[in-house]
Amino acid sequence: MADAEEPEKKRRRIEDLTEKMAVDGGHRDAACDWDGRWNHVRKFLERPGPFTHPDFEPSTESLQFLLETCKILVIGAGGLGCELLKNLALSGFRLIHVVDMDTIDVSNLNRQFLFRPKDVGRPKAEIAADFINSRVPGCKVVPHYKKIQDFDDSFYRQFHIIVCGLDSIIARRWMNGMLISLLSYEDGVLDPSSIIPLIDGGTEGFKGNARVILPGMTACIDCTLELYPPQINFPMCTIASMPRLPEHCVEYARILQWPKEKPFGETSLDGDNPEHIQWVFDRSQERAAEFNITGVTYRLTQGVVKRIIPAVASTNAVIAAACATEVFKIATSAYIPLNNYLVFNDVDGLYTYTFEAERKENCTACSQVPQDLQFPPSAKLQEILEYLTENASLQMKSPAITTTLEGKNKTLYLQSIKSIEERTRPNLCKTLKELGLSDGQEIAVADVTTPQTVLFKLNFTA
Amino acid sequence: MNGSHWKATMAAPKACKAPKEQKYDRQLRLWGDHGQEALENAHVCLINATATGTEILKNLVLPGIGAFTIVDGHTVSGEDAGNNFFLSHNGIGKNRAQAATELLQELNSDVSGNFVEECPEKLLDNDPEFFHRFTIVIGVQLPESTCLRLGSVLWSASVPFLVCKTYGLIGYMRLVVQEHTVIESHPDNALEDLRLDQPFDEFKNHVNSYDLDSMDKKDHSHTPWIILVAQYLDKWLSEHNCQPPKNYKEKEAFRQIIREGIMKNENGTPEDEENFEEAIKNVNTALNQTKIPRTVEDLFNSEQCNNITAQTSSFWVMLRAVKEFVHSEGNGNLPVRGTIPDMIADSQKFINLQNVYREKAMQDAAAVSNYVESLLQSVGKSPESISEMDIKLFCKNASFLRVVRCRSLAEEYNVDSVNKDEITSCMDSPDSEMVFYLMFRAVDRFYQQHSRYPGVYNYQVEEDISSLKLCVNSLLQEYSLNVNIKDDYIHEFCRYGAAEPHTVSAFLGGSAAQEAIKIISHQFVPFSNTFIYNAMSQTSATFQL
Repeated sequence: MADAEEPEKKRRRIEDLTEKMAVDGGHRDAACDWDGRWNHVRKFLERPGPFTHPDFEPSTESLQFLLETCKILVIGAGGLGCELLKNLALSGFRLIHVVDMDTIDVSNLNRQFLFRPKDVGRPKAEIAADFINSRVPGCKVVPHYKKIQDFDDSFYRQFHIIVCGLDSIIARRWMNGMLISLLSYEDGVLDPSSIIPLIDGGTEGFKGNARVILPGMTACIDCTLELYPPQINFPMCTIASMPRLPEHCVEYARILQWPKEKPFGETSLDGDNPEHIQWVFDRSQERAAEFNITGVTYRLTQGVVKRIIPAVASTNAVIAAACATEVFKIATSAYIPLNNYLVFNDVDGLYTYTFEAERKENCTACSQVPQDLQFPPSAKLQEILEYLTENASLQMKSPAITTTLEGKNKTLYLQSIKSIEERTRPNLCKTLKELGLSDGQEIAVADVTTPQTVLFKLNFTA
Repeated sequence: MNGSHWKATMAAPKACKAPKEQKYDRQLRLWGDHGQEALENAHVCLINATATGTEILKNLVLPGIGAFTIVDGHTVSGEDAGNNFFLSHNGIGKNRAQAATELLQELNSDVSGNFVEECPEKLLDNDPEFFHRFTIVIGVQLPESTCLRLGSVLWSASVPFLVCKTYGLIGYMRLVVQEHTVIESHPDNALEDLRLDQPFDEFKNHVNSYDLDSMDKKDHSHTPWIILVAQYLDKWLSEHNCQPPKNYKEKEAFRQIIREGIMKNENGTPEDEENFEEAIKNVNTALNQTKIPRTVEDLFNSEQCNNITAQTSSFWVMLRAVKEFVHSEGNGNLPVRGTIPDMIADSQKFINLQNVYREKAMQDAAAVSNYVESLLQSVGKSPESISEMDIKLFCKNASFLRVVRCRSLAEEYNVDSVNKDEITSCMDSPDSEMVFYLMFRAVDRFYQQHSRYPGVYNYQVEEDISSLKLCVNSLLQEYSLNVNIKDDYIHEFCRYGAAEPHTVSAFLGGSAAQEAIKIISHQFVPFSNTFIYNAMSQTSATFQL
């Protein structure tokens, strides 16, 4: 937080400013701005200060930039998204887009405050945009009732800053990968104008985190994948034959009984359908009674089936506030942004911890270093598949593995399309040698966790 | 929806959730139905519907507090409507309490919203008892004199008081509560209560019922690790003069003994026995000494525990009962908690073991219950005034009990009782947030002298720097604080011009609301007693002043 200039120069600047402003209250720019509307914001844009960013220049034009030019993309219109939209709108941002693929559920209403009981079933992005636009005159939030994957690079390129309030690590990684794919390098040097800062927030109960990512420059989502440990599922043998906890009983009903008994025909289990949950609850209670397990309740049942994460308004408010503060800092150079990770927990008092997450030298997403796959030629393709999904730094979900053999593109294994899965399944039991792969061979892997294919180099071990 | 299926479930509509349960589902999983009930019985008072104030209230209205009352004598200004989501520009000129109540009320129809178009100073003059009806009072952007007056009234009435301020990029909270008891603190990483070092009889008998050597592979591999450790520990004690493994070397040797207990196949190679691996992994924690946490010992030694009267709250009556249990049936230990972690085991072995702990816990709770009953009778109260359920909950949480006590504002501000040590030692670190606390105090002083805050208008920024510096110096002098505050901070606080940027207000809004929920629900532990948030560096600190 270095001084931008000497005290004397600063004083002269303040005098200059005051001379130009006859009345402190701001200009009446757009028709919808009233006297004093942006006073709270102006002080940070139009006055020099001792802790500002070295690049900061007090100016009346910064506010205009926010109001008329700066384009922000908010991903998610849920617990964090609603808060983010409000925070940005009241900080002067007007050109905001919001993407959310979900519709409103009654359980959202305890914290997603832009929604009302009458909105249940409607698209979150649209209701959120309407509410903000009507409550904050001049704000023009544009909703997109879509998945982030429905857009390509041309959509994302238009934004100055992107801020995420997602509830899925897969989606985060996809977004992360998308912004990395937008980076351009000239002679190996990163072009700073191709960087779109990504502010990412996450919450769970009373815990949350906020981070600032400058793709290509600072630690990305995949650099710190170990901070998101993989979800633990109960072992099948426990569920199938030796349940001990009420949760085991619920998983038995969900995973084993439902597909077998097909209580509602071919319909798959829908965690939002009370009838489905009731069925699972009844079966779970029966199973629990059989093994003398207590504790199966409707609430627990639904929690297990839907993998519910508890949530309250307050944590979302805190994390979204921290994220929005960073968006403001970056958009205006008012202060040096968070470098780069904030952790928050208010179970016992209020605890925050701020640290600099480090880039991973061989990060699969942002390092541009070709990834090594070290396997003996006698290893089966199955082993590579397991490595891709289980390795803590990769954590792929259902990787599609392809390569080039004899000049032609060949799919070694692909899970997501039934016909191709059936055709390529036998490959899993074949050795790498049998599949015709050689040392140094390039393997391309596609997965939901990244918008771009990841290239691996096969390295035969003894 | 298929008609016949619908009919089938019609007969058993048991879990058709009430709309409130559905709406609050995500938070009920954190504080339970009883926590929600406490919220719904709460009446919160907010003083000053600034951005910080309405953000705090929003995070209390959404989860469904019973009622709120906003006290505010100001009218909505253009500035107010610019940074506050719950003040529209149509409300400019209206009373701010009324305008904000409308838009906050609209968030949740379960909540009853009220407003008083009056400044708190007037209420303190004419009707201080007005504030006695509230579960908690939250005062936002209050000048020092009002804060101290209100603090005194609320202290005498034992009404919790939460002071909040957003000033530029700095947030401030001060909790003022004489004594706040917490039974359900929900600690993040609690140690298990397994009693392996002091096994109770029923546990010993249960452990002895296992004959590992004569078991088949299936039973052997599905014996809970607690049984394994208990048996091997027994053997170790008999061979080591009743001394458990103490240092790393001994614990390693102990682990090795367990490893050798793994069943071997015909060729002599050890089988895959996950339960044995679990036992080895858990040796360290299993050998933890069962003891009463220091926090609980301190509570046992406190005045309230040892002096039970008819006015004593149920928390202290139950604590005293637990203390008496500890000194007799408990043999120096708290009631058994009764829970065990999940572990590799077949259903029956696990459930049986779990029941041994559960039954012991019930037994201990019943003994505590007897002490509760005689204590209540000894002060002329009915034994029904504390329920069995409450006693069970108390016993289950005996290791996690917490009591938060905050000093009064008078004590904090009094020259004779100011916490000089805390202030000066924090100021030794160059990056400490303590400097902002001192700046807040200096700015309050400035307001007292000039009836305005420094640097509100551009032309004031420079000239106010020297005036604010005088306030800083007089503050430090009055309290004999031998610390140095860099000019940069004084300049920065003039630069802020009492601005209340929305994002900083929102951060404080979430923080303060959750602390209020902790006070109302008596679950989770509130901070004590001063919290500072620095949005420039995204750091925070808690001090006891």
